[in-house]
Amino acid sequence: MTFEKFLFYFFAAMVIFAGLMLITRRNPVYSALFLVLAFFNAAGLWMLMEAEFLAITLVLVYVGAVMVLFLFVVMMLDINVAEMKPGCFITYLPVGILIALTMVVEMVMVVGPNHFGLDIYASPVPHAPGYSNTGELGSMLYTIYMYPFEIAAVILLVAIVAAIGLTLRRRPDTKSQNPSKQVLVKRDDRLRVVKMPSESKMELK
Amino acid sequence: MEAILLTIVLSPLIGSALAGLACMRVSRAWAHWVTIIGVGISCALSLYVLKLYALDGQAIYNHPVYTWMVSDGLRFEIGFLIDNLTAMMMAVVTFVSLMVHIYTIGYMHDEEIGYQRFFSYIALFTFSMLMLVMSNNFMQLFFGWEAVGLVSYLLIGFYFKRESAIFANMKAFLVNRVGDFGFVLGIAAVAMYMNSLDYAEVFARAPALKDAQVNILGGVSWSLMSVIGILLFIGAMGKSAQVPLHVWLPDSMEGPTPISALIHAATMVTAGIFMVARMSPLYELSETALSFILVIGATTAFFMGLIGIVQNDIKRVIAYSTLSQLGYMVVALGVSAYAAGVFHLMTHAFFKALLFLAAGSVIVGMHHEQDIRKMGGIRKHMPITYWVSLAGTLALIGFPGFSGFFSKDAIIGAVHHSEIAGSSYAYVMVVLGVFVTALYSFRLLFLVFHGDGPRDGHAREHIHESPWVITLPLILLAIPSVLIGWMTMEPTLFGDFFKQAIHVAPEHDVLAELGHSYHGQWGFILHGMMEWPFVLAMAGLLTAWVVYLLKPEWSERIKNAMLPLYKLLDRKYGFDEFNQIVFAGGSRLIGRLLWIFGDRKLIDGLIINGSAKSVALLAGVARHVQTGYLYHYAIAMILGLLGLLTWFVYF
Amino acid sequence: MIALSDYLILGAILFCISVAGIFLNRRNVLILLMCIELMLLAVNMNFIAFSHFLGNATGQVFVFFVLTVAAAEAAIGLAILVVLFRNRRTIDVAELDTLKG
Repeated sequence: MTFEKFLFYFFAAMVIFAGLMLITRRNPVYSALFLVLAFFNAAGLWMLMEAEFLAITLVLVYVGAVMVLFLFVVMMLDINVAEMKPGCFITYLPVGILIALTMVVEMVMVVGPNHFGLDIYASPVPHAPGYSNTGELGSMLYTIYMYPFEIAAVILLVAIVAAIGLTLRRRPDTKSQNPSKQVLVKRDDRLRVVKMPSESKMELK
Repeated sequence: MEAILLTIVLSPLIGSALAGLACMRVSRAWAHWVTIIGVGISCALSLYVLKLYALDGQAIYNHPVYTWMVSDGLRFEIGFLIDNLTAMMMAVVTFVSLMVHIYTIGYMHDEEIGYQRFFSYIALFTFSMLMLVMSNNFMQLFFGWEAVGLVSYLLIGFYFKRESAIFANMKAFLVNRVGDFGFVLGIAAVAMYMNSLDYAEVFARAPALKDAQVNILGGVSWSLMSVIGILLFIGAMGKSAQVPLHVWLPDSMEGPTPISALIHAATMVTAGIFMVARMSPLYELSETALSFILVIGATTAFFMGLIGIVQNDIKRVIAYSTLSQLGYMVVALGVSAYAAGVFHLMTHAFFKALLFLAAGSVIVGMHHEQDIRKMGGIRKHMPITYWVSLAGTLALIGFPGFSGFFSKDAIIGAVHHSEIAGSSYAYVMVVLGVFVTALYSFRLLFLVFHGDGPRDGHAREHIHESPWVITLPLILLAIPSVLIGWMTMEPTLFGDFFKQAIHVAPEHDVLAELGHSYHGQWGFILHGMMEWPFVLAMAGLLTAWVVYLLKPEWSERIKNAMLPLYKLLDRKYGFDEFNQIVFAGGSRLIGRLLWIFGDRKLIDGLIINGSAKSVALLAGVARHVQTGYLYHYAIAMILGLLGLLTWFVYF
Repeated sequence: MIALSDYLILGAILFCISVAGIFLNRRNVLILLMCIELMLLAVNMNFIAFSHFLGNATGQVFVFFVLTVAAAEAAIGLAILVVLFRNRRTIDVAELDTLKG
């Protein structure tokens, strides 16, 4: 058992443990935290596979942004945890386990060692010390996959707009500016010229 | 020549259109003048054509006028075939039609609505009948056939507000239809086996098929010519009212008397006779068909006459007389004496039309009373009508010298000489029929015109002779009834008049045999007075005189003595009841059953409503799948994924 | 040595865990969304494994895009959840049945 193998088994076990906990906890905050644990361990696995950039990205973007968002929402929605009924979980447990096990067995039959084992796909040679995974990704991303990159950016823009558009509520008493109205203003809306008769000459006392 | 023929055919049609299509906006005078002029032109030209053929010996005219379509080598054309037979028919049809047109001016004088309609119809009928007799191919024949049937329907139901008239016209049309069905099958057989509908081509190809066999109805092999002959004759049975398709003719007396004279005595019912005579080359090839014709004709001749003895409506008696005489004509055709049959057709047209029109005159005079038990002694008040009726009746019974004598005796003589199957039966029937004919004819004459009879006072005061528009046609028809037999007998029956039109095989040629002993008209008369028919005719006359004039109380006693026979005759052998219960009732029952089960239960209930209901049921079950729960949908997706996975892994 | 099949089996197990989670979750729409994230993680695992063993960086580029889209989808999903909560006052899946046939 090399160190590498030990690391692999450790990380894999943690990921699976976190997944199982995720689906069985009642409290959604716990579930979210277990998901964070799963992501961290997955990042470790990816490091093992020499995909450093993506491992760090997973932690920064996914854990740092998406899971935080999840936790925001969980805590914003004032969910009454006590109302959750545990009964229906138990009744469907056997069926669920059955389905999941069936799927696992079938998938393992497909992707198992007889098809994808070491004899078919040899373990690759580790890269040289000066290898930059980030550099390699970047050189591919900005040349060959430029177009999908731009589209991904647009997708993110759409996500922002959609999220804001769905959830924004205007408070009635806040003041805000309406630029379109500001631009459409005319002189007569702001200024009123009043004609007054001029004063007669006053006597200076 | 073509122009003359087209004028003959089209001028009645134009007259009919002008009188009819303008509906009520034309005056009555306009309607009758335009149709009479149309038919008059047609009559004059027909007589001219007859003169050309009979006296000048014109060659046969057989040309198409218009080709309607050509389908797979089969030509559908309009064309004219004029030979001696056609010329004679044309002359008879147009002459009788003209007489009826003139007569109608007087008869329909009191008619409020429908005067113009009537003239339009009878002119249309003239057109249809001319198309029928002048045709040179089966399709045009069939067109004329159907057209006369249609006009007959329209005219029988002329008084359409009377329920009995509507019943009668439906009956006539439907019974005709049965005959037409056989007729169409016959035409189809001709077209199929001889690949042509033109007479000349069919007659040329027929002898080659003399022994051909055809398989009908599951492997039973029949002689082709017999099948064709019998099928075509079924059409004639419908049109010329032979047993069992005779039931419509007595009911057709619901129509006005002029049409009874024109259509149901002189012309339409003779279309069948004409058709068989025209098809003589085909019939000569099949003795089976001829025997069939013979038996049916003989049965009609005798048994229909018997019914005539017990009828009390003046028109019904003459109607049954027509049926009987048609039977005689058919018998003549059956023994291959086509010329005799056609000759009797001609003489019968004249004297029967005369009798019908005279009956109409009596009806008008009696203010539309038609029951002969309520008439009597009319000859004092309507002398002209009486004398022409007497002439017609003498012609009908075959009194020597009158035209009916020559034609009827020729038929009886021909049957006597014939040897085909059924000829002995036929001989007995036609001879006995002479007695019956004399009996009912003179019964009618004596009851209507002689004696004092029970008559209510009102009619007795008002009865007077009919106006000249009615009596002139009567006189004009009486002349040929008396004379034409004497004048035309020799060339027609024993001469060459019909030589090119009618073909008779030598072994069937009974008229030639009859002609061997022919020595001129006087000889024929003297010879005839020594034969059974004359004796029986005189016996019938005497019986009628005794029973109805001398001792009227005997008629009641004889009736009571033969009550079962009387009842049988009164119910017309039960044919009407049979048709009503079995065919009409049966059809209605089948229709009803199909409506209740087939239409309502099966199609509406099961298929239409059933499919809608099953869709609703299915939807009602299927909607439970839509639970609205998100995880149910997710489960469905997962299960589908599982299924696909399993399939890919294992197969 | 770690074989390719080891990583693939791990990805399969994670995927099936998340499927079971969707199936068994009766209470919480949030758990549903988190299971989706887990599913995406499993898929990404597969991609990185193949990219590593076949020596092709294309797999990693694809994971990059998957991460992007997953982030966007998570954001919008949570926005929908918030609006749902505002209207229905509950995120219990069993009570979201207005589409019931």
